[in-house]
Amino acid sequence: MMADSGSEEIAVIGNTDLTSAELENNIKNTMVEIEKWTSLLRKMEISVGEAEKRTGKNTVNMQEIYTVYLIETRPVDAVTEGIIPAPDSLWRRYSEFELLRNYLLVTYPFVVVAPLPEKRAEIVWHKLSADNMDPDFVERRRVGLENFLLRLASHPVLCNDKIFYIFLTEEKGWKEMVYETGFQAKADSRLKAMNAAFRVKNPDKRFTELKHYSDELQAVVSQLLRVRARVADRLYGVYKVHGNYGRVFSEWSAIEKEMGDGLQSAGHHMDAYAASVDDILEEEEHYADQLKEYLFYTEALRAVCRKHELTQFELEMAAQDLASKKQQKEELVTGTVRTFSLKGMTSKLFGQETAEQREAKLQVLEQQIEEGEEAVKEKNTESDEFVKTAWIDIEHFKDQKDRDLKEALISYAIMQISRCKKGIQVWTNAKECFNKM
Amino acid sequence: MSRTIDAVVSPTQTNTIPADISGQMLDLDEDDDLEVFSKDLTLADGNMFNASMPTSPGSMVNQCKFEEDEESDSKDIFITVDNPESHVTAIETFITYRVLTKTTRSEFDNSEYEVRRRYQDFLWLKGKLEDAHSTLIVHPLPEKFVVKGMVERFNGDFIETRRKALHKFLNRIADHPILSCSEDFKVFLSAQAWELTTYKKQGPGFLSRMGETVRAVANSVRGVKNRPEEFTAIQEYVEDFSNKIGSLDKVTQRIVKEQKEYLEELKEYGPTYTLWSGSEEELAEQLKGVAGCIERCCKETEEQVGHLSDTLVPVLHEYVLCAETLKAVLRRRDNIQAEFEAKNEALATKKVDRDAESSDLGFVWGSLLGKNPEEARHQRQERLDGEIEELKEEIDKLEDRVEWANNALKGDWGRWQRSMRGDLKSAFLSTAEKNVDYYEKCLAVWETFLLSQRTEPSEETDRDNTP
Repeated sequence: MMADSGSEEIAVIGNTDLTSAELENNIKNTMVEIEKWTSLLRKMEISVGEAEKRTGKNTVNMQEIYTVYLIETRPVDAVTEGIIPAPDSLWRRYSEFELLRNYLLVTYPFVVVAPLPEKRAEIVWHKLSADNMDPDFVERRRVGLENFLLRLASHPVLCNDKIFYIFLTEEKGWKEMVYETGFQAKADSRLKAMNAAFRVKNPDKRFTELKHYSDELQAVVSQLLRVRARVADRLYGVYKVHGNYGRVFSEWSAIEKEMGDGLQSAGHHMDAYAASVDDILEEEEHYADQLKEYLFYTEALRAVCRKHELTQFELEMAAQDLASKKQQKEELVTGTVRTFSLKGMTSKLFGQETAEQREAKLQVLEQQIEEGEEAVKEKNTESDEFVKTAWIDIEHFKDQKDRDLKEALISYAIMQISRCKKGIQVWTNAKECFNKM
Repeated sequence: MSRTIDAVVSPTQTNTIPADISGQMLDLDEDDDLEVFSKDLTLADGNMFNASMPTSPGSMVNQCKFEEDEESDSKDIFITVDNPESHVTAIETFITYRVLTKTTRSEFDNSEYEVRRRYQDFLWLKGKLEDAHSTLIVHPLPEKFVVKGMVERFNGDFIETRRKALHKFLNRIADHPILSCSEDFKVFLSAQAWELTTYKKQGPGFLSRMGETVRAVANSVRGVKNRPEEFTAIQEYVEDFSNKIGSLDKVTQRIVKEQKEYLEELKEYGPTYTLWSGSEEELAEQLKGVAGCIERCCKETEEQVGHLSDTLVPVLHEYVLCAETLKAVLRRRDNIQAEFEAKNEALATKKVDRDAESSDLGFVWGSLLGKNPEEARHQRQERLDGEIEELKEEIDKLEDRVEWANNALKGDWGRWQRSMRGDLKSAFLSTAEKNVDYYEKCLAVWETFLLSQRTEPSEETDRDNTP
């Protein structure tokens, strides 16, 4: 993330996002809205129902096939009236989800924005296809997209965003609307700033730790997912080879008299055993998806940390600037030149300035100092607000993460238990059959 | 169940020691080694050319009573093979095993014997038994080398696997009503090393064995013409069985391989959860719990694979070898019948010859040379009659031999089928039981973990209420 675009570009810091005034306003609104309803979900049900294939022309005017997902929404109170009306629905493709997320990232930099499911299947094992068109992949993505929307809808800040609401409710014209917000420009400069290299003198320690944590989490969960995939692959092999027992037992039973029945039925159980692994591993894939979501969350965490660094850096720069201006004024007033400057040199060489010149300079400086103090105050407030709101969201995220992952681990244990139970059943049955041999 | 051991048939053979040693030193294909033995000794059965043989094969059957449904309830001989030791000489290194025999049988002078035997000696014994009873089913020996390409002959597992197989081999012979009466068997169990060496050297010479081998080959080329239906049925069964058991052997070995690879990955999986727990606070406990569960499952998996390797794999392998033994036995039976048929044909030809009145070239010659035609013809008739009588005698003996061979095989066939069923059933049962046990243990591991998780929420109700 520290890879810079070749230079110490820091000039573009300004105007990357909302001014402190806007931010303040936003927060005020949020507080009000929170009183009204804590989440969009209280108002409407959201689901991603189906997926379909479409063909169309892409940006370079070439034919392509892409998948669209059906988003269905229905007001909650409609259901409680006894009659369940048909939901409103519209179709969205993956790139539109991406656009929505990018918009939210730029507009709410203090929020840990939920990640999208994978664009492409990254960590695969042999049974799992890397093909984006593979129905299993599409299905898992559908579930992931629904989860994404639900996360947004239950977030106290994001759920009130207008663009998000329209994403859910109006198919046409949404894209244009997003671009009209001018977020693209902000997105570009944000990206540039994110990638720039700079040094912050006094970052909030909590953010430094958080960044550290998200790096660790990313590394360890990636590794875990990779190993899990290998384990799944091997387990698949073990179960499937047992299918050969089924075939050979069946053939063998044909030439035996007393052993025939026992062998034949044992063979059936071996077939069942081999077949059972498909469902088992499919379930486990959901567990992997849960972990993946948090793997992708680390990116959002890092983005927030980065934003803090940026804000803090701006503050430090402004403070530094102010300090330097103040010092210049002091020098001018007392006449001492403590710092080396070209002006000082030239004045030494070409003679002292006139009193009027000095006066004019002083005025300019005082003006600048006043502005500088305003700027520092602004930046300070901005930084404080950011830290405050971001940290609220981060705590919220941490709680959510602990809850979700705890549940995921429990569901993993339940899956293992289920697999063991199936194993016990199959082999007990097989044992019965062998007894009859 | 009375048994009398008499100086039983075993026309003792010269042990092909040179070939044997070379076999153990070089990396020969194990099947070839065993084949070498069985091919050489096929025709020693009921060797009527050995004048010193006191009894005919037929009478031997009477002496060792053959009982269909014997159980070892009144087992009077107990053999164990254990205590492998390695011996180093100037020429070679080899392993000997202790063979301990405890018996109440009268034909043994003592009630207990302890001797040391090497693999070569077992090979010799097997050869002698097949020699003397070519249509009985002798349980197979473990191969010279366990796995093709396996370099370590003296690796612990290999030795243990072999020891178990040798133990089984001797016990199967001891259980066999006819084979256990063999003098060679008795000598094997009781003789000291030098005594055994001397004993091995007796028997018909190299040349007479060569002659037998040539005849055997000739007969097998000729083939049997009128094989009884039941033996054809057995042969077809053996073909199919051989295929199936070979497949099962391969499948099982594949399962072991896959399971081992699964285990390797699993061993890396648990630690990643532990690693993760280092970064977490609330979740650390749980993550460590999951890591612990996976680790315990690893141990169980290791045990399960071990069981499979120790129990099912060797048995399946044994029966792959059995199938080959059966094929050889059926071939030998066929050859015995072929020999009988050949002699019969020869007889028929001779008879035709004798009954042919004239147009005998010899007769024409004889008349040319001035022999009295009447006399010549008479002489010829007498000569042929004599030959025919001889043939008839031989044919009688061969007929007996065929009958005995067939009966022996028939009897042993039923016995073998029962053993096979018992062995395979018990091996598969044991495997299934172990698998159930494996899953039950893993289940307990995960259930314990789950239980520990579900009791925690009571401590967490306070947390849930904080905004």
